[in-house]
Amino acid sequence: MMIAKMTRKMALNSRLLTGALAALPLALAAPAAHAAWTLNLTPGIDSVSREIYGLHMLMFWWCVGIAVVVFGFMIYSIARFRQSTGAVADTSLTHNTRVEVIWTVVPVLILISMAVPAARVLVNTTDAAGSQLAIRITGYQWRWQYEYVGTGVQFISSLDRASDRARQLDSGISPYSVPHYLLNVDHPLVVPAGVKVRVLVTGADVIHSWWVPALGIKKDAIPGFVNEAWFDVDPDKIGTYRGQCAELCGRDHGFMPIVIKVVSKQDFQKWLKAQEDALKPPAATAPAAAPAAASAAPAARSGAKASA
Amino acid sequence: MANIEHAGATHAEHGGHAEHDHKPIGFWHRWLTSTNHKDIGTMYLVFSCVMFFVGGSFAMLIRLELFKPGMQFFDPGLFNNFTTMHALIMIFGALMPAFVGLANWMIPMQVGAPDMALPRMNNFSFWILPFAFMLLIGSVFVPGGGLAGGWTMYPPLMVQSGYALPMAIFAFHLMGASSIMGAINVIVTIMNMRAPGMSLLRMPMFVWTWLITAFLLIAVMPVLAGAVTMLLTDHFFGTSFFNAAGGGDPVMFQHIFWFFGHPEVYILILPTFGIVSEIIPTFARKRLFGYDAMIYATASIGFLSFIVWAHHMFTVGLPLASELFFMLSTMLIAIPTGVKVFNWSATLYRGSLSFEPPMLWALAFLFMFTIGGLSGLMLAMAPADFQYQDTYFVVAHFHYVLVPGSVFGIIGGVYYWLPKWTGHMYNMKLAKWHFWLSTVFVNVLFFPQHFLGLAGMPRRIPDYATQFTDWNMVSSIGGFCFGASQILFPIIIWQCVRGGERASGRVWEGAQGLEWELPSPAPYHSWVEAPAMATLEHGAPVHQTHG
Repeated sequence: MMIAKMTRKMALNSRLLTGALAALPLALAAPAAHAAWTLNLTPGIDSVSREIYGLHMLMFWWCVGIAVVVFGFMIYSIARFRQSTGAVADTSLTHNTRVEVIWTVVPVLILISMAVPAARVLVNTTDAAGSQLAIRITGYQWRWQYEYVGTGVQFISSLDRASDRARQLDSGISPYSVPHYLLNVDHPLVVPAGVKVRVLVTGADVIHSWWVPALGIKKDAIPGFVNEAWFDVDPDKIGTYRGQCAELCGRDHGFMPIVIKVVSKQDFQKWLKAQEDALKPPAATAPAAAPAAASAAPAARSGAKASA
Repeated sequence: MANIEHAGATHAEHGGHAEHDHKPIGFWHRWLTSTNHKDIGTMYLVFSCVMFFVGGSFAMLIRLELFKPGMQFFDPGLFNNFTTMHALIMIFGALMPAFVGLANWMIPMQVGAPDMALPRMNNFSFWILPFAFMLLIGSVFVPGGGLAGGWTMYPPLMVQSGYALPMAIFAFHLMGASSIMGAINVIVTIMNMRAPGMSLLRMPMFVWTWLITAFLLIAVMPVLAGAVTMLLTDHFFGTSFFNAAGGGDPVMFQHIFWFFGHPEVYILILPTFGIVSEIIPTFARKRLFGYDAMIYATASIGFLSFIVWAHHMFTVGLPLASELFFMLSTMLIAIPTGVKVFNWSATLYRGSLSFEPPMLWALAFLFMFTIGGLSGLMLAMAPADFQYQDTYFVVAHFHYVLVPGSVFGIIGGVYYWLPKWTGHMYNMKLAKWHFWLSTVFVNVLFFPQHFLGLAGMPRRIPDYATQFTDWNMVSSIGGFCFGASQILFPIIIWQCVRGGERASGRVWEGAQGLEWELPSPAPYHSWVEAPAMATLEHGAPVHQTHG
C-alpha cells in the first residue's frame, strides 16, 4: 500500500527527471571526430570493442534508470516532508518487511540481467582460438617493442620527436602546434584489417599496460608473464588508432603512446615483405626469431602462415 | 530513564567544573601524556585536519599541472611523487585518523562509558602517528626522490625507489601498529563498557559500523605490513618475492596488496555510514528505518570486502574463472549497499525534515555516494573494466565515494557533534556556505573526470593529449574552488571553540542517543556512573514526551 502510494507520487517526479535526462543521449552522441568535450567511450573498430561498448551502454542506462528511481524518491521525500511546511514525522514507520524484501530481491534480479551479458562478453574476449597472426608486445621504460612472431620483424616504437621536444618542462613549444601531441610514435604498429590477430603482452622491466580503446584491449605487460588478447578489425575500419600505457611505470609513464595503423590484408603483406627483405642482407637469420618461436610455437606457426 | 535525567542534571548543576575532573594541569601534561578519550580524540581530529590540508595541497599541485597540456611546473617524476603522497596522506593521514578521532570522542559517550577501555594505549596509538608522518613526508626530500610508484606500490616499479622506500615502509608499519591499537581499543570498549541494557542490537549505528570497521582493521593491517616488508627485503636483502627474474611473482604483490586494499576502502566508508545513520534520523525526527537490516547490510559489506579484491586486477591476466568469480562477488556488494541507501531514503520518507548543516552534508553524501556506487557497479563488469581500468573514470569513481562519501560524512559528523564538544553553537550561515560551495565544486571537480576516462585519458599522467584539455580545465577550476572552500572549515571550528551561542544538552531537536543526555560541553569523564536504562532502543533512551 505504501509502495503503491510512493510509486504514484514518484511517477510524476520520474517524468520530470526523464525530461531533463532526455538531453543526455543527444550529448552522448556528440560527434567523436571532434574529440574535444568528448563524453563517452568509443565503440571501437572490432567485434570485442563493440560488445564492450554495448555492455557499457547497457550498464549506463541501468544506472540512469536506478538513479532516476532512487533520486526521484529522495527528492520527493525531501520536497514533501519538510518541517517548515508542517510535516509531522510518522514515528511508527521504522521497518516494513515486505518493502525490505522487495528492495533486496529486485536488485538481485537486475544484477542477474547484467551478469549474463557481461559473462558472455568476458568469455568471448578470452577466446583467441583461430588467430592468423601473432604479435609479441613488450613494454619497456618507456617504449613499446613489437615483434611479428615467426617473421623476425621487430621494432621499437617510441614517442615521436616533435611531441618529445614539446613535452619537456618549459619547452616553449605549444602542444597545439604538434600533430597528435603525446599520441604519436616514430614506428606505429601495422596490422591487417579482417584478420584475427593475437597479441602476447609482456613487460621487460616494470609493469606496463597496453591499452588501445578502439580495440577494447587493455592488458598488463608484466615481467615474467605473457598475457594474451585478440582483435579482428572490421575490414572497413582502415585507419590510424591511438592508445597509451595504462599502468604507472615510472617517470615517463605518460609518454609511451601506442599507435596502430590498420591496413588492408594486401597492404599488410606488402609491408611485412618489405620489412623482411630489409632484414636479409646484413644477417640471413634473425636471432630474435628463435626464442620467439620456441616460447610461442602455435603463434609462430600461424604467424608464418600469415607472412607466407 | 529517571537515572539518566538524574545524571544529566548532576552534570548540569556542577557545570562541568574542573576540580572533580582531575583534568591534567598545564599544556604539555594535558596533551602529551593525555589518557582522556576527548583530548586524544581532539588530537586525532586536529592531526587529521592538518593532513587533509597537506594532502589537499598535493592535489592542488596535481590539478595545477593538469590545468592545460604541456609540462609547465613539475618534472614528471615529481608529479608522480605528488599523486603518491596525495593518496597516502589522504588515506592514512586524513581519513583514518579522523574516524579514530570521532570514535574516541563519541563511542564512550554513546555507549555510556567514562572513557575508552585502554586509555594508555589510546595515547600511544595517537602519538605514533606524528612520527609516522614525519617519516612519510620526510621521504619527499631524500636523495633519489620521493615515492613515485603510486599508493598501490606495485613492484617492480616500487623497488626502483631510493631511500624514500624504507622510510615509507617504516611509516606504514607505525601507522599499522597505531591503527591496530586503535581498533583493539574500540572493540574492547564496545564489548565491555556498554551501559546496562544496551545489548548489541540496541547499539547506535555509529558504534556498530565502527565495531565492524575495527575488525576489518585488525584483519588487514598486518597483511599490508607483510606486503611492504617483502618489498623491503626484495630491495635491500636480495630476496625475490616479487622479482620474476629471481623466481618471484609481481602479481602476487597485487593479490596481497588488494586483500588489504579492498577492506581498506570499506574501512574508509563504513564509519561514515554510521555517522550518516545518526544524522538522518535526527533531522528527519524519526527512527532509522530498518535498523536491523542496516547492521546486517554493514556486516555483509564487511564480509564481502574480503572476497572481491581481484576486481582491482581485471587486466593483469587472471584466468577466466577468477575473472568471473570476482566480477560476480563484486556485483553482490550492490545488494547490501542498495539496502543501506534505500533505508536512508525510507528514513526521510514521512519524516519531518529540517536542513541544518549536518543534515545538508548527510543528504549530499546520500546522493553523491550513490553516484559513486553506480559507477562502481559499471566497474564491476570485468569486460567493461578493460576500458575503465586505470583511467580517469576510476579516479572519478573512487573520488565520488571518498570525497562526497567519506569526507562529507566526516564533515557532517563534526558539524553534528561540534556543539556537544565545545558547548557552543557554530556559525550556521558560514557552515551552510561551506556546504554549498563544497557540494557545487566537488561535482565540477570530479564529474568531468568520468568523461575524461571514457574519452581515453589514463590516470597518473602528468601531461595529456590536447583533446583532453577542456574537461581538465573544468576539473582543475572545480578543484581550486573546492580546495579554497575548505578553508572555511577550520575557521568555523575555531570560532566555535572560542565562543558562540550556548548549546543545550540535546543540541538538535530530534537528537536521540546517550551522548545527548550529557550536558554540552560533555564533562571531562563522560559517564562517571553508567546510565541504567532498561528502555534503551538503538542506543537511544525511549522518550515518551520528547518534542
